[in-house]
This record gives sequence, C-alpha cells and structure tokens, in this order.
Amino acid sequence: MSVRQSLLAILNQGPCYGYQLRSEFDRRTGSTWPLNVGQIYNTLDRLERDGLVRKADIDAEGQNYVEITDAGRTEVAEWLGSPVVRTLATRDELAIKLAIAVTLPGVDIAQVIQVQRTATMRTLQELTRTKNATTDPESSEQLAWLLVIDSLIFAAEAEARWLDHSESRLARARAAGFAAPLPLNTEVPKRGRPAKTVQAGA
Amino acid sequence: MSDILLQLDGVSMQYGRGETAITALAGIDLLVRRGELVAVMGASGSGKSTLLTVAGGLTPPTAGEVIVEGHWLSQLSARELATLRRRSLGFVFQDFNLIPSPTALENVALPLELDGWTSTKAHRPALDALNIVELGDRAQHFPSDLSGGQQQRVAIARAVVGGRSLILADEPTGALDSTTGELVLRMLRSRVDAGAGGILVTHDARHAAWADRIVFLRDGRIADESRASAVSSLLAGSPA
Repeated sequence: MSVRQSLLAILNQGPCYGYQLRSEFDRRTGSTWPLNVGQIYNTLDRLERDGLVRKADIDAEGQNYVEITDAGRTEVAEWLGSPVVRTLATRDELAIKLAIAVTLPGVDIAQVIQVQRTATMRTLQELTRTKNATTDPESSEQLAWLLVIDSLIFAAEAEARWLDHSESRLARARAAGFAAPLPLNTEVPKRGRPAKTVQAGA
Repeated sequence: MSDILLQLDGVSMQYGRGETAITALAGIDLLVRRGELVAVMGASGSGKSTLLTVAGGLTPPTAGEVIVEGHWLSQLSARELATLRRRSLGFVFQDFNLIPSPTALENVALPLELDGWTSTKAHRPALDALNIVELGDRAQHFPSDLSGGQQQRVAIARAVVGGRSLILADEPTGALDSTTGELVLRMLRSRVDAGAGGILVTHDARHAAWADRIVFLRDGRIADESRASAVSSLLAGSPA
C-alpha cells in the first residue's frame, strides 16, 4: 500500500516522530489524502514488526523518533524502481452501474450517462479552477501539489471521454438492434460446485 | 450598461425543407454575461458549431432572436451587422485563420483598419493586445515564423483588439498539444476575467472545464448544464 511505502520513503530522509510524518506526508501530497494519526501509528507498528523501521531517540519534548533500517531502505528502493500495478479486482462503481443499467428494461441510459457527465464535468471545473490559481510552481511543495491535481484532472477527463464513447457505442448498438434489455434467465444456476465434465480421451 | 453580452432567445436553425430538413438547433435559450466563459459540448452533429455561427451573426437563425450587446441582429441591415461584428465580436478558430503575408501586428490591427482606423492609429491597440497574450516581442514576425500556440495567441489578440468584448472560439485548442492548449485557454480565461465574455465550443472535457458554465447539446437542444461552484469543495487549495 502506498501509505506504508510513502512513510518509509520519508523516513529514508531521516528519523521522524508520528505527527511529523503526518505533516510531511500531507505537505508532499497537497493535503489531498489526509492521514489521521491513528493510521500513522498503525503503519509504524507494522513497519517495525516487519523489521523496516526501529525505535530511535526520545527528544526533550518526549517525541518518540523512528528510524529506517537497512531492510527498509531496500524496500524504498524497490518501491521507487517498480511500477504501481493496478489490479482489475478493484471494482469500478461507475462501470458496474452502466453495465447493469444497459441490461435493464425501462432505463434511459442516455440520461444516466448525462447525469454522470454533468457531475464529472463539475468536478473537472472545480479542479481546473483550483489549479488555475497557480501558474508555474514556485516551490517543490507546489510542484507536488500540481502533480496530484493534474492526476485528478486527467482521471476526470478520462471518465468524461469514456462517457462520450459509451454514448456513441450505445447509439451504434441501438441502430444495429443489439441494445435490448436482458430478460431474467429462467434456467436457475445450480448451487454448489459445477459437475465435473469428463474430458474426451481421459 | 447591461452586463449581458449575448442572448439567444428561442433560437432554431433548420437546413433544407420538408422531409429532408435537418434541425441543427431547436429552441436554444442562452445568456453570456460579462466575465463569463460558457463552454458548449456535444457529440458531432449536436449543433455546437451552428450555435457559434448563429451567435456570431454569420448565419441568421430560422427562428428566434440573437441579441448582441443589446442589438437585435434581425433588425440590423447587412452593413450594420458587419459593423457590429467588427466592433463587438472576435472569432477564434481551430486553424488560427491568420493571413500569411502581414506580420502578427498587422493581423491583429486588421479588424480596426477594416473599421476605418488608420494603420498608424490601429497599431497602438494591436500592440497592446499582443502584449496581453505575451507576444509583444513577436509583433514584427510573420505567422509562418510563429509556433502553433503563438499563432493561436495572435488570433486571441485579434479577437479582443480595440475593446471587443465577446469572444467566440471554435475548438481553439484542437490543433495544439496539451500544454500549449492549456496556455491558450489560460489567456482566453484571463481576457474573460478582465471583463470580456465568451463561448468556447470544444469536445475536450479538460478544456471545457476552464468555463464557468458548460452546456451540453444533444440533437440541437440543451440537454443539461454544469455550473462550477464558486469555491471548490474538493481540495484544500494551493500550498503557499
């Protein structure tokens, strides 16, 4: 998970205590995904259990510092050197909604798409307006924030384009007569494991 | 002075007659105020470009009224309409539409000269307009010496020269790469923020998002509208 690796990567710059890690994470990601202190301590516990960090000094204010181990440094290097793998296992709520809606009778899919598009465009407008306040980054914090906001903008744009594409795909399917709703399948699937089929030649 | 720059009132546009007639616009009501950029989105054939040509007085609608800065276009003579277009409207097209032989400065000064200004007198506001799009130092360059993004900025300067206040842009970023397109939109946005108004026709969601309002056309009608809220609830905002 990226929070675990992000905190570890920050600790690679030097020992930190919990609150400090939280504010370091926030300022490097534009406070877009704020972490609570509980998450920080839970993550640090797991990192310590896995031998990636260890307890360091306690300063005069009583702050418990944590420092990275050699194994932790190796993990940071591996994280930075390898791609982020996005799995299809993460359900896409919108794709599921449209896929189901297109099979149902009496649903105006064009309207479902338009309602979503309006919402997506509003998000895109708000992100653009926020970004518009900054022309060119004047600090590395701003640069990091712009990268995050650009990523959200491109994701919203991709969603809008996919909605456009879905709309024209739907129109073509309708014209070709392939957009009829799916009737319920009356052949009820059997419970339990499917029966084994004997392979030919077995 | 009214802050309404453009009003479309029940505007319809039909091409052809009888059974083969095509309805490009069907009863469009739209207002553009000073300081407001309105994006128009929709699939190909939804009526986007027709809306722009009708709003710009290039084609009269078959029904309804177009009102530009208080002038009812249907009441104007051809000469009055041409004058209003020169003085109030600026067009920006996908392919820039600059004239190759004059310099950037002369291209921007052209609408004023067509309106009877002397060349010397027209060059001052033309240079001001080029400075606004940060191309004052390229005034003596010919369009062929400029990049696509620079040519489009010259076109924006031409669209706003001499205090013209309504910018009608048809896919202005269509021929530009992503970063240059964003720069052009930033310029367009800043002209609108400075008191102009505009319609931006685009199929690009990321570019439409620069507008205050986005109207979605479907089959010549406004199917929906997205209006950005004044304050974004999505993000904490730019770090200092």
